[in-house]
Amino acid sequence: MSDVVEKTLTALPSLLSLDSQSGSGKLSSTSKLGSLIRGITELTSKHEEEKLIKRELVAIKEQVSSPNTTMRQMKEIMVRAIYCEMLGYEASFTYIHAIKLAQQGSVLEKRVGYLGVSLFLNESHELLLLLVNTVLRDLQSTNLIEVCMALTVVSQMFPKDMIPAILPLVEDKLAHPKEIIRRKAVLALYKFYLIAPNQVQHIHSKFRKALCDKDPGVMTASLHIYLLMIKESPDVYKDLTGSFVTILKQVIGGKLPMDFNYHSVPAPWLQIQLLKILALLGKDDQSTSEIMYDVLDECLRRAEMNHNITYAILYECVRAIYTIHPKSELLEKAVKCIGNFVLSPKINLKYLGLKALTFVVQQDANLALQHQVTIIECLDHSDLMIKRETLELLFRITNGQNVTVIVEKMLEFLRFSNDDYSTIDLVGKVAEVAEKYAPDNGWFIQTMNAVFSLGGDTMQADIPNSFLRLLSEGFDSEEEDRHLRLFAVDSYVRLLQEDPAKLPQRFLQVISWVLGEYSHLRDDLEATTVTRLLARLLDLNHTSNETRSWVLTAMMKLCEGPACAALVQQVCDRYTGSLDTVLRQKAQELQHLSQDAELRSRVMTRRCTLEPLEVDSSLSFLDGFVSEALAAGAAPYKPPHQRQEELSQEKALSLEPYGLSLPVSLSSCCISDRQSPTLLSVSSGNSTDPSQRAAPTTLKLDGVKRVWGKQGYLAQKEVVEEAAQVEGPSPLLSSSQQGSADSPQTQTPTPEPDLQRQQLASALFVGLGAQNAVCLMGKTDAVPQRFRRKPRGHGSSSGSVERSSLSSHSLLGNNLLDSTNIPSDEVVSPKNTERTPDLTATNGTCDPEETPSPDETAAHVLPLTSGIGMETMEPATHTDPDRPRNPCLSSHLPAELSGMARSDIAPLCSNRSLALSACTVSTEDTFLLILFVSNSSDSDVQHLLLQLTCTGELEVSCLSDGAPEELAGHGVAVYKYSLVMKTPSPQVELAGVVSYEMPLGEPQAAQFSHRLYLTDFIRPLPVSTEEYGRMWLSYTHDTKQNLKLVQDDQDPLTATLNALKEKLQLHVVDIIGLEGIVACRLLQGQPCLMHCRVHDNSLAVWLRSPVLELPDCLLYHYQKALQEH
Amino acid sequence: MMHFLLLFSRQGKLRLQKWFTPLPDREKKKVIRDMTLMVLARPPRSCNFLQWRDLKIVYKRYASLYFCCGLEDQDNELLTLEVLHRYVELLDKYFGNVCELDIIFNFEKAYFILDEFLMEGEILETSKKAVGTSIEEADSQQETMEEYMSKPTY
Repeated sequence: MSDVVEKTLTALPSLLSLDSQSGSGKLSSTSKLGSLIRGITELTSKHEEEKLIKRELVAIKEQVSSPNTTMRQMKEIMVRAIYCEMLGYEASFTYIHAIKLAQQGSVLEKRVGYLGVSLFLNESHELLLLLVNTVLRDLQSTNLIEVCMALTVVSQMFPKDMIPAILPLVEDKLAHPKEIIRRKAVLALYKFYLIAPNQVQHIHSKFRKALCDKDPGVMTASLHIYLLMIKESPDVYKDLTGSFVTILKQVIGGKLPMDFNYHSVPAPWLQIQLLKILALLGKDDQSTSEIMYDVLDECLRRAEMNHNITYAILYECVRAIYTIHPKSELLEKAVKCIGNFVLSPKINLKYLGLKALTFVVQQDANLALQHQVTIIECLDHSDLMIKRETLELLFRITNGQNVTVIVEKMLEFLRFSNDDYSTIDLVGKVAEVAEKYAPDNGWFIQTMNAVFSLGGDTMQADIPNSFLRLLSEGFDSEEEDRHLRLFAVDSYVRLLQEDPAKLPQRFLQVISWVLGEYSHLRDDLEATTVTRLLARLLDLNHTSNETRSWVLTAMMKLCEGPACAALVQQVCDRYTGSLDTVLRQKAQELQHLSQDAELRSRVMTRRCTLEPLEVDSSLSFLDGFVSEALAAGAAPYKPPHQRQEELSQEKALSLEPYGLSLPVSLSSCCISDRQSPTLLSVSSGNSTDPSQRAAPTTLKLDGVKRVWGKQGYLAQKEVVEEAAQVEGPSPLLSSSQQGSADSPQTQTPTPEPDLQRQQLASALFVGLGAQNAVCLMGKTDAVPQRFRRKPRGHGSSSGSVERSSLSSHSLLGNNLLDSTNIPSDEVVSPKNTERTPDLTATNGTCDPEETPSPDETAAHVLPLTSGIGMETMEPATHTDPDRPRNPCLSSHLPAELSGMARSDIAPLCSNRSLALSACTVSTEDTFLLILFVSNSSDSDVQHLLLQLTCTGELEVSCLSDGAPEELAGHGVAVYKYSLVMKTPSPQVELAGVVSYEMPLGEPQAAQFSHRLYLTDFIRPLPVSTEEYGRMWLSYTHDTKQNLKLVQDDQDPLTATLNALKEKLQLHVVDIIGLEGIVACRLLQGQPCLMHCRVHDNSLAVWLRSPVLELPDCLLYHYQKALQEH
Repeated sequence: MMHFLLLFSRQGKLRLQKWFTPLPDREKKKVIRDMTLMVLARPPRSCNFLQWRDLKIVYKRYASLYFCCGLEDQDNELLTLEVLHRYVELLDKYFGNVCELDIIFNFEKAYFILDEFLMEGEILETSKKAVGTSIEEADSQQETMEEYMSKPTY
């Protein structure tokens, strides 16, 4: 406070003296704003300030409502109102005047009006509707300043529903002769693209024109849009790679006007934007990556000046190099670059260096070894941010040998951290590595204890759940399970005896569950003792009711013998009268069970082995009851969101007459509803409701299992490690690996007192470089993963791991392998196979008798020998007229399909010897993909193998049995696949690889891809109007949109629906007047219903489905169909 | 993309706020409070980056004023520091040796300059001269199409 006063006092003289100053646009301290600000500075207390502002606001209110106030005065008033709002006082009565000022004022006044609007209102404010006309007028103004202002305000805030009204005007501005206006128009479109991508779908060609604009500024602005679009679908824009590379080359070469230089670096913003785009384009794509190697190299070379901005470029460059298909020379340079960052004395660069390291160690863990000294220094850094980032890095290099040290460091940080967000994050990470690499039971339980105590009640709910699941499901050996459970029981009894009051609720819940379930394992521990300990928890003041019901459940399992019964009786007496219904019910149950030993033994069987429980989550056993009730006249059930919606529909103002779109409040409520089902599913499977879990003595984990996702993530992770190890031993690294392996003589040039640090270093980096040396010598490493179970699908890591595994695959295929001199069969080291027995078994890759089905091995079949010189053609390209092979291919079509409607046979890829073509066949309940492999050479092809890599959206099953291994000259092999779309998406890319051997020559492979659309998977759903009505009510996900009507004098609705039916297989259920209802379903999947109504020359469409994505994807195709019509 | 830009004094008084993503008022207040608390508590000579929820925070102090912005994960921190620096340069050019008081008394001008410099959380104009010109043009109130076309520079 004294600081504030001091500051005020020092500021005052300068303030007063400034009065006499006269300068360009200097302080207008004689104005009313000036005196207001000065008034505030003179005050000493918050209270006085409040009084002053209140007075000011009253004065403002009076002035704005007076009819005599001129626009000029209004501008002055507006500035003061903005100032008051900035100080945190509401001045909502001025909002409407800000709009009026923007409407009626002259240019300068208008500018303040627009500023007020953009500061006061947010995008959903209803007053914004009043602004639309003003913006429209200004966009058409002859005064360019007004046009600029309008574009600025449009990009800052514009109601989404109103975009169509101004879109044509903004589009026109793309062709404006003045570049600043073109630039602003592009950015306004960027904004539209962000908030309503559907609305600007038709102007993609104009974006391309903006990209080719003669003004570099406009081109730069268009890159924002491209970055966004490329992020969504990189494949569509691969053809632009060359152009982006050329632009970057020109920028680096200094071809842009001097105006674009920043501290003599040419257009750094543009450079970084382009680097980001290139990284996205080159990701997992060797041929595209090859185009950009040169320019990346040059970019690295040119950015050598010692200035922040060049470091920014370098950092982005390194990220790009590590994202695209790797090239060894570039990687080396990037590594050197990272070294400069990490070793820099500038703390910002050090931080980014650590970040870059974290990014790259996923691909090459050995890089961490080079910088071990710095990493250890950073671990003790005074700046928490640096420390935090270092832990993140360590998390990525955790393995079975260094886990204890790293976890210890993480917990140490957690004890000091007071930021909830990073605590939650870090606690999750500790739990993850502890579960994965725990060296022994005692350590695991203790670490989890720390996690539960430190994580408190804010941590993710899945940590306690998966911990309990681990305990209850057990793993390989009985003995081991028992041991772990005993450890847990012992440690919890001790904790309860000490001071349970300081433990968080979640932890108490875990404790009571474990004690209830497993305390009988310890023979010398009497049930009475445990019950007494638990009863103490009930008495604690801060214990929540949820925890209490957990405790009561545990008691149910424990109550045995007369001593216990007395104690339990006490508890029951207290809680049977509880106000909390759940608690009351529990207490009742407990009472009954404790009195009836026979009943208890039946309900609470102690099962050591866990059989999966059958849970009927659809509650179908209640169907009889429901239909009876319905027959008796009960109202059908409406899900909560729908009740809410109907309520808000009744209340909300009808905005229909303005009719551009549906009320905003509705859509926002839909969004929140969308999230709730997932939340529900998690909690129902988890621990929130103890009553569910109590009866069958084991956790009901029905819901959780699905959350863990499919097998295979860990497999990829392992592959990464292998790859990293293989690639590791370049001469530069081997010495440091040696050093860390036998720690006393580390090569690090640190002075003597750092012995402690050296020890830490050897502890931290132990598993990294040394591992492959061990493997090569044939010793098996003694760090099998302790708790074998399905890997966690942690969103952040899994995606990147998948990616890096891909690129490391191709690394193997590159000539890097040759330089390392490791025979390729040692890539699968004994240690690694030993470490993941479960995975190899489930994936079936180790089992020679089991032929891998395409989807299981999908991730593994990436070509080691890719890029051998096969040209891949886009499926869309038309058949080469010179080679009329399609007519003959159709004769190879399987006989049972010959009569059915099928698509044209389109070529996928071809080279000298093989050609691939595909066609699709749709039937009522299947969608078939037929692939033709034709041998265009004279000689036989051997070891023919066709494999499809499917993304998560598709499920592919092979129908043709016994595909030939050999293919005679000019022969054709036909493969038949049945496809089902699992998660709806507008289009999916089905990629695959065909590998074969020519009689004389090495194995070859060719990649191909085929694009499929959602429309292929849509089938009509024949339902009656009544059924439709019932289904409509029960679906949760919906989307609304206005579509273009097909022009038809007679009946535009029918015409439109027919147009849709042409493209998509829909069932029109009924058309009543201006409304129509339509139903369709996803092949072997969920239905989607559409309700549409003609309204003001457009079609208001409302889609509903049990699947979240389906309505959006369908809408996309509706729009496309109507556009093409 | 930048999510917000805040200017506040060493005493934690807000001087300018710009939001590039829509947030409810209460959330804005929370962000402002958290930012001032976090940034002002940073010891000297620590790095200019922070993590707040899922946003990266980049801040820099110029004299008595802190410039602070929230970024998405893939944004470049160093570049953002330069964005802040360029904004300060622009203010400096406009006001001539800018100080906190200039921004307090003429905050609307600071907003106008920002609007010519950043749009939608992305940089609009990197050229110092060009921003200056467009501000001048706006200050001079108007420019018609005819005037613009008759200018010899085009």
